[in-house]
Amino acid sequence: MAPYRPRGLELPAHKAVASAAPISTAPAPAVAVLALDQGSGRAARAVVAPGDRVRVGTRIAVTTGEATTPVHAPVAGRVLAIETRPMPSGDGPCVLIENDGSDDREREARPLAWAGLEPIALAAALGDAGVAGYGGAAFPAATKLAAARRHEAHHLVLNGAECEPWICCDDALMRTRAHDVVLGAQVLMHAMGAARCTVAIEDDKPEAMAALQAAVEAARDARIAIAGVSACYPAGAERTLLEAVTGIEVPHGAWPPESGLLCHNVGTAAAAAAVVRGEPVTSRIVTVTGSGVARPGNFEARLGTPVSTLVEACGGYTDRPLRLIAGGSMMGRALATDEVPVTLALNCVLVATADDLVERGPEHACIRCGDCADVCPPRLLPQQLLLGVIANDPETLERHGLADCIECGCCDYVCPSAIPLTARFRTARAEARVRESARRRADDLRERHARHVKRLDAASEAERRAFETARDHARGQGG
Amino acid sequence: MRFATSPAPFVYAGYSVPRVMFQVLLALAPVAMVQVALYGPGPLLQLAVAVPTALACEALAMRLRGREAGAALRDGSVLVTAALLALSVTPLAPWWLTLAGVAVAVLLGKHVYGGLGHNPFNPAMVGYAAMLVAFPLAMSRWPVPLDAAGTDWSSLAIQSWHAFLGTASRGDFDAWTGATALDALRSGLAQRYTMEEIAARSGLGPLAGAGSQWVNVAAVAGGAYLLLRGVVRWHIPASMLAGLALPALVMHALDPGAYPGPVFECFSGAAMLGAFFIATDPVTAAASDRGRLVYGAGIGFLTWVIRHWGGYPDGVAFAVLTMNLAAPLIDRWTIPRIHGHPR
Repeated sequence: MAPYRPRGLELPAHKAVASAAPISTAPAPAVAVLALDQGSGRAARAVVAPGDRVRVGTRIAVTTGEATTPVHAPVAGRVLAIETRPMPSGDGPCVLIENDGSDDREREARPLAWAGLEPIALAAALGDAGVAGYGGAAFPAATKLAAARRHEAHHLVLNGAECEPWICCDDALMRTRAHDVVLGAQVLMHAMGAARCTVAIEDDKPEAMAALQAAVEAARDARIAIAGVSACYPAGAERTLLEAVTGIEVPHGAWPPESGLLCHNVGTAAAAAAVVRGEPVTSRIVTVTGSGVARPGNFEARLGTPVSTLVEACGGYTDRPLRLIAGGSMMGRALATDEVPVTLALNCVLVATADDLVERGPEHACIRCGDCADVCPPRLLPQQLLLGVIANDPETLERHGLADCIECGCCDYVCPSAIPLTARFRTARAEARVRESARRRADDLRERHARHVKRLDAASEAERRAFETARDHARGQGG
Repeated sequence: MRFATSPAPFVYAGYSVPRVMFQVLLALAPVAMVQVALYGPGPLLQLAVAVPTALACEALAMRLRGREAGAALRDGSVLVTAALLALSVTPLAPWWLTLAGVAVAVLLGKHVYGGLGHNPFNPAMVGYAAMLVAFPLAMSRWPVPLDAAGTDWSSLAIQSWHAFLGTASRGDFDAWTGATALDALRSGLAQRYTMEEIAARSGLGPLAGAGSQWVNVAAVAGGAYLLLRGVVRWHIPASMLAGLALPALVMHALDPGAYPGPVFECFSGAAMLGAFFIATDPVTAAASDRGRLVYGAGIGFLTWVIRHWGGYPDGVAFAVLTMNLAAPLIDRWTIPRIHGHPR
């Protein structure tokens, strides 16, 4: 069997214009709209009420469990309401804060003496400050760090590949704040107990690579290495990136920590660096780009800033934008409105005109040409998966690895029949999850019923014995 | 401001089914040109009846299935079926035979299963097999190629026309037709001639039959274009030719008097047309790279077996149909290892 060879697409990058300008600070919003779900799929619990006064850094929501992180106010002012608003990933509950413009701080920034902390305490401090995955999943960093400690994973991989067209916020971060990334790497390594760190960068970002190299040398940390990966979409997909950088193939169904690895985005590392300087997470860098804005660029935007504010900061809409995309052109999500606020998961706003988009052709039946299989990064056979989707056959879908689909869109890109494969697989995955949870619930109920019956049987058995004992006793007396 | 939405991705390579089909048709042009140069205008007459029949059958089938016919006619797939069939039959086939073959191919080979993408068998080969089984004599009358035995193009044109209209007598055919290389081989071996004697008697060319070798060379040229454009991948052509050449190599080494070598096998009959244009039909082939290697090797090997031990001089059509049957099973056995799954 041949060794695994990553597959994917060589796509035009479209990053030059936005990354040419330095990172600018986006104007603070008049009303900050803070999603309780910052992109992980679960909502945190709000701890403020309408009318409350908050300062910059006031905790407004706390974690409810594994997949949520605390949220801190990015502006000072009064809580207006807690209500459902359109979010990058669909409608969700939000805390609305009216900005009074004072930028009063909850407390002065107190640097953390992190090197002296126990790893568990440092990870807890990062979690309390709201550090979560900046790569797009917004998964709590503390949970991943805990898993790494539990499985004794000693190799931290920082993902700076940033393979998707248009997006260049990580590139901007690495070029201009390389010291933050290196400091963050050291913090995360300490919090997980890692012995080494590899920063993976696509080889079409020589400036970022040079800046990081210089920062590593300045920090005199021999544990941190920089690895170039070939520029190819989706080079930054976690599992294939880990294999490209470490040679370790994380088994199906396992977490990277179980293979001794932990992967974080470079943005997460920079956020960790800010936290040890005493700043909770209240902002992120967002690329605002596309032919539909006058001056594309990267912005340090406070969480809760409406996308429309960012577009204004770019000189407003030009031309006639056709799509407003949260993310890049391959995996992004088309937004219905520009009132959507910045969340931790929002790395890019692509204002796309007809020049930036390619219209999908008329759909034909699948001719099984196999172009999709040639580009599929996890090496699935999308043409066979499609048969499973059409037949609605869970067994075929499982055999052909539906669960391993990373929804990268490569198959759609090349399909001559213009079949929306990724969308169909996404739907099928959702259905499979529903089936799975229904099955679990049924199993659970069955088990509980069995326990109940057993308990009843035991009770009636005890009753019967008691009766027999009493009867025998009575007979004994009578006899 | 409000925006329209649609699912990701938002960019595409811009390939399309009509473009794929058009490239296949373009790649068939050298085959058609060489056939016309060698055998007269017969192939053009076959195309002239096959193409309209195919379009009419496609439109009729779509209408009967309650679908819109326009999109199906524009996808170009039925043109490929028509062209493959027209270039596979003898240039001396009567019009009604080709018409019937194309109708069987499009209606019974393709649409009864649900049309493009749903047919388990290669439609052109379904039509070809039906014609070969039902009218073996008419299907085996190949003209003597140009410049062999003093034929010239104008007499080939007259022959083609009469044969096409069905106005040629049995005696005419006896005068016009000659044994193909594979026919000569089969009958020669049956009469206990050796390979050298057969080659001397039937005037073979440097590769294989005097006429058919050039048709095969043209198919290689067209196939090379398809490979370069990425329309077909190398797996099926390479494994089919290997499946045909390997038994030839072994048996030729063991008994050179009774079995021709690999070059003869690969440049005879429909070998190259099959390797690059017929076996590579993705709808009816195996899905994965490894599956395609197995599939192609099976076609090549079965072709060799039918040629030498079977009842027909050439075996590409039956070999393709047989492996079409096996493709779903091959697919089940050759699922590639998914990233992260055990080796």
